[in-house]
Amino acid sequence: MSATAANRDLPGIYHKAGSLRAERRWAMWTAYASLIVAAVIFMAPPFYMLVTSLKTSGEIAGMAGNPWIVREPTLENYWAIIENPLFRGFMLNSIIITACVVAVTMVISILAAFALARMRFWGSQMLATGVFLTYLVPDTLLFIPLYQIVGGLGLLNSIWGLVLVYPTLTVPFCTWIMIGYFASIPKELDEAALIDGATWPQMLLKIFIPVALPGIIAATIFAFTVSWAAFVYPTAFVTTPDQMPLTIGVVSQLVRADTFAWGQIMAGALMAALPPVIIYAFLMDYYIAGLTAGATKG
Amino acid sequence: MAADGTIAVRDAAEITGGRANSLQRFARRRSTIAFVMTLPLLAVIVGLVAYPALFGIYLSMLNRRMTEFVGFLNYEILIESETFWNVFFQSCFFAITAVLLKALIGFWLAHMLHHIPNNKQRKWRGMLLVPWVIPPALSTLGWWWMFDPSYSSINWLLSIVSVPEVPWLGHHWWARIAIIMVNVWIGAPFFMIMYLAALKSVPEQLYEAAAIDGATSWQRLRYVTLPMMANIISITVLFSLIVTFANYDIVRVLTNGGPRDLTHVFASYAFQVGILSGNIPRGAAVSLFMLPFLAVCAFFVLRGVVRRNKEQM
Amino acid sequence: MAQVSLRKIVKAYEGGVQAVKGIDLEIDDHEFVVLVGPSGCGKSTTLRMIAGLEEITGGDIAIGGTIVNDIPPRDRDIAMVFQNYALYPHMSVYENMAFGLTLRKFPKAEIDTRVKAAAEILDITPLLDRKPKALSGGQRQRVAMGRAIVRNPKVFLFDEPLSNLDAKLRVQMRTEIKKVHQRVKTTTIYVTHDQVEAMTLADRVVVMNHGIIEQVGPPQELYHSPATKFVAGFIGSPAMNFIPARLEQASGALVLALPDGIRLNVPEARSARYAAHAGREVLFGIRPEHLTDDKPTDKANPAPLTLTPEVIEPMGMETLAHFRLDGAEISARLDPATPAEVGVPLRLIAHMDQMHLIDPTTDKVL
Repeated sequence: MSATAANRDLPGIYHKAGSLRAERRWAMWTAYASLIVAAVIFMAPPFYMLVTSLKTSGEIAGMAGNPWIVREPTLENYWAIIENPLFRGFMLNSIIITACVVAVTMVISILAAFALARMRFWGSQMLATGVFLTYLVPDTLLFIPLYQIVGGLGLLNSIWGLVLVYPTLTVPFCTWIMIGYFASIPKELDEAALIDGATWPQMLLKIFIPVALPGIIAATIFAFTVSWAAFVYPTAFVTTPDQMPLTIGVVSQLVRADTFAWGQIMAGALMAALPPVIIYAFLMDYYIAGLTAGATKG
Repeated sequence: MAADGTIAVRDAAEITGGRANSLQRFARRRSTIAFVMTLPLLAVIVGLVAYPALFGIYLSMLNRRMTEFVGFLNYEILIESETFWNVFFQSCFFAITAVLLKALIGFWLAHMLHHIPNNKQRKWRGMLLVPWVIPPALSTLGWWWMFDPSYSSINWLLSIVSVPEVPWLGHHWWARIAIIMVNVWIGAPFFMIMYLAALKSVPEQLYEAAAIDGATSWQRLRYVTLPMMANIISITVLFSLIVTFANYDIVRVLTNGGPRDLTHVFASYAFQVGILSGNIPRGAAVSLFMLPFLAVCAFFVLRGVVRRNKEQM
Repeated sequence: MAQVSLRKIVKAYEGGVQAVKGIDLEIDDHEFVVLVGPSGCGKSTTLRMIAGLEEITGGDIAIGGTIVNDIPPRDRDIAMVFQNYALYPHMSVYENMAFGLTLRKFPKAEIDTRVKAAAEILDITPLLDRKPKALSGGQRQRVAMGRAIVRNPKVFLFDEPLSNLDAKLRVQMRTEIKKVHQRVKTTTIYVTHDQVEAMTLADRVVVMNHGIIEQVGPPQELYHSPATKFVAGFIGSPAMNFIPARLEQASGALVLALPDGIRLNVPEARSARYAAHAGREVLFGIRPEHLTDDKPTDKANPAPLTLTPEVIEPMGMETLAHFRLDGAEISARLDPATPAEVGVPLRLIAHMDQMHLIDPTTDKVL
C-alpha cells in the first residue's frame, strides 16, 4: 500500500515494473480451481452412494430425472440393512478379525522393532531389510499357496484363518515404521534410563512406548485400515456367508440378490466404510504420518 | 542409596568369584533377548511369506489333481494360451497407464495444495484423501453402480453435454478405461500426500536462492523441486507399480474379468483359474508370473529407500 | 561419596582404533575434576566407560574401592547429566526426577522429600508439574541436574552439559553447577571441550589429547606451568603465541634470537633452567596477555620488540592486535588507549618472566 502511495507522490522517480502481484493472484486462482475440480471428482462417488442409499427402491428404478438428487429421502435402506442378520454377522466378523489382527500386529511389531532398532545382534540389519521386502510382496502373489496352507490347517471358511494370514499384510509395514520411530529416539534417553536403573523391559514399557506413542498410533491405524479393507484373502478363503467380513460380504452376498436392492447395497457399503473414515476424520494427522512414514523412516 | 550400595557390593562379590566379563555376558544375553523378541516377526515372515513362496513354486509344478510333478508344464500351457497373453497385456497396460496418471494428477494436486495458504491446506488435504480411506472394494461397488448399463449416473451427466451413452462395462476397451479410472481415483490421493510431504521437505531458502538467481517458476520446478523430489517420486511410482500390477479388488468388483475375459489382470485370472476353476497349480503359476516384474520393482524401491535414509543421515 | 580410580584404561574399537590409550587417574572423594580436550580426544569415551555405557577394553575402573568394570550402569550408583539433557519427554519434571528412585522401589514419601529438596536447591519448584517441552534450555539443564541430585549417588558425571546453551546462560549455569557442588559435595567428573569451563569449575583439570592425558593439575598450575605445547596452547584465551626461535649464549647471558633479527633477553632467573639448551632451535611461547604495548611497567624483565599489526580488534576493555612474524601468527593484548593502526609499526614489550620454551622435537615445555 505504502509503495503505491509513494508511487503517486513521486512521479518520475519510481515507476512500477513487473506484475508480481497479478502473477501470484493467477497462481492462487489456478490452485483453487484445480482443487475444486479434484474435490468434486473425488467426492462424487461417495456422494452418489449416499444419495442412492437415501432413495426408495421406486425412486431408484424410475429412470426419469437427475439421478444425483434425492426427491423423497428415506432411511429405510439403513434400517433394512441394520436389521439384516447377514450384515450384522459381517460387521461382527470384521470387528473380531480386525481387533485380533491389530492386537497381534502391534505386539509383534513393537517387540521386533525395539529389538531391531536398539539391540544390535547378528543378522539384525538383514532382518530389517527383509521386513521391508516382505512389505513389498502383494497379497495376490501368495494367496494360492496360502489357500492350500490354510486349507491344510482346516481354517478355510473360518474367521480364524483370516486372523492367521492378515498379519502378512500388516506386520511388515508396522514393524518398518516402528523401527523408524524407535530409531529416532535419542540414544541418550536409553542411557539415562540405564543409569536410572531401568531393565530392558522397563525401558521398552516406560520409555520407548510412551515416547513413540504417535508412531504406535499411526501403526495401529494402518493395521486397522488394512485389515478392515482386506479383500483378496477373505474372497479366496471364505465362501460361507456366516464367516465373511464386511468387504466380501457386502460385495458378494448383498449383490447376489436377484433384484438389485441398490439402496440397501449402498447403505451397507457406506456403513462398512464408516469405521476407517471416522478414524481418519479424527486422527488425520496420525493417519497421514503413517502413510508417508514408509518411504521416509526406518 | 543404601539399597544401591548393597546391590553393587553383591554384584562385585559375584564378579571377584568368577572374573568372567559379565558385561560381555550382559551384551550376549541382550542379543539373545533381542532375538527372542524378533521371533514372532520371523515366524510371520518365514511361515506366511517365505514358506508359502517356496510352496507356491512347488505347487505350480504339479498337475491339476496335485498328484504328479510336471515341471514347467503349467507355465508352458499358459504361455501358449491366448487368454494368458491378454491377461499379460491388460496387466501391463493397466499398471503403466494408471500409475502414470496417478503420478501426474498426484503431483499436480500436491503442487496446487502447496501453493495455497498453510492454514487452508489441512481442510483440502483432508477432503482430497477420502478416496484412499474408503476400503477399495466398497468404493468400487459405488463406481460399479455409477457404471450400471441402464442407470449410469455418469452417462446421465454426459448426456447433459450431449455425449452419447457409453457402454462402460459392456465393451472391453471401455471396461479397461473404467478400471483405470477407478484405480486412479483411489490412488491419486496417495501420490498427492506423498508428494506434498516431499515438497514440504524442500527448504524454502532453496527457492528463494533460485528466485534471486533469476529462475522462473518453471525453472524452479525443473532445477530445484524435481531433483530434490526425484528419489521420493521414484519410490512412490515403483511402489505403486507393484500394488497396481498386483491389484485384484477393482477388477473383481467391476468386471470380474469380463467381457470375454478381456479385462483380467494376473491376480484376477489367477483367482479365476486357481480358486474358482479349482486348478490350483495353474493358478499358482499365473500368480508367479508376476514375480520377476515385482522383484525388479522391489529391488529399485529398496535401493531408493536405502539411498534416502543415507541422505537423511 | 567415593573416590574414583582409573588404572591403565584402554578403549579400542573394532578395527583397532584406540580412542583411549591407557589412562591413569585418581579422583578424590568430593573432588570436582574436569576432563577437557578437543573433540575426539577420548574424554567422553572415558566418562562413558566410568558410567558403564561403554565396555572397557583394558584396565580397571574402581568407584569407592570396588572395581566396576563388569557392573552394569544401574548398579554403579552413579548419575549422569547429558549434553542434550535426555529428559523423558512424556514425564513431568517431577516424574523425570523421581524415575530413578521409582525404579529402585523407594517409598513414595522418601521420593517426594528428595525430589522437593533437589527442586529447592535448583530453584525449579514451580516447574515440577511441567513437561520438558515447556521448559527453556536452562530449566531443562536444571532438571537434568535435579535428576542426578535426587539419586544421591556416589559420583556425578557431566557430559558437556552446557554446550547446548547460549553463551550468557552458559556462564550462569556454570556458576549454578559450582554452587550445587559446594552444597552436595558429591565427587564429580565433568567433560567439556571449553577450557574456560574447565578452568572455572575444576578443582583439578585433566587435559586430554589423542587418547592420552597431557597434564593433570589445578587450573592455575596448568595456566602458569603447562607441561606440553598442547596444554600451553589449549589453556588460555586467546591462545599462547608460539614463535620459532634460537636460544643463544651471548656474553654470559641467554638471548632468544627470533626471526627478523629480533633478540630478546632471557631473564636471569631462568638461565639455569635453559642453559643446557643453549645453541638449539626452540619454540618461544608467550601468552598475548604477556605481550603488551610499551608503557612504564613494574613487571620484571621487560623485553622490547617492534611489530607491524595486520589486524586490530577492539574489544572494549582491551584491544587485540594480530601480527605475523616469519609465518607465525602472533597476538598481543593492548591497552585500549594505545593508538594502534594497521600497517604502522608498534613497539611492544614481552614479559619475559612469563615466557615458556618448548622443545620442538618432543613438544615438552622446558
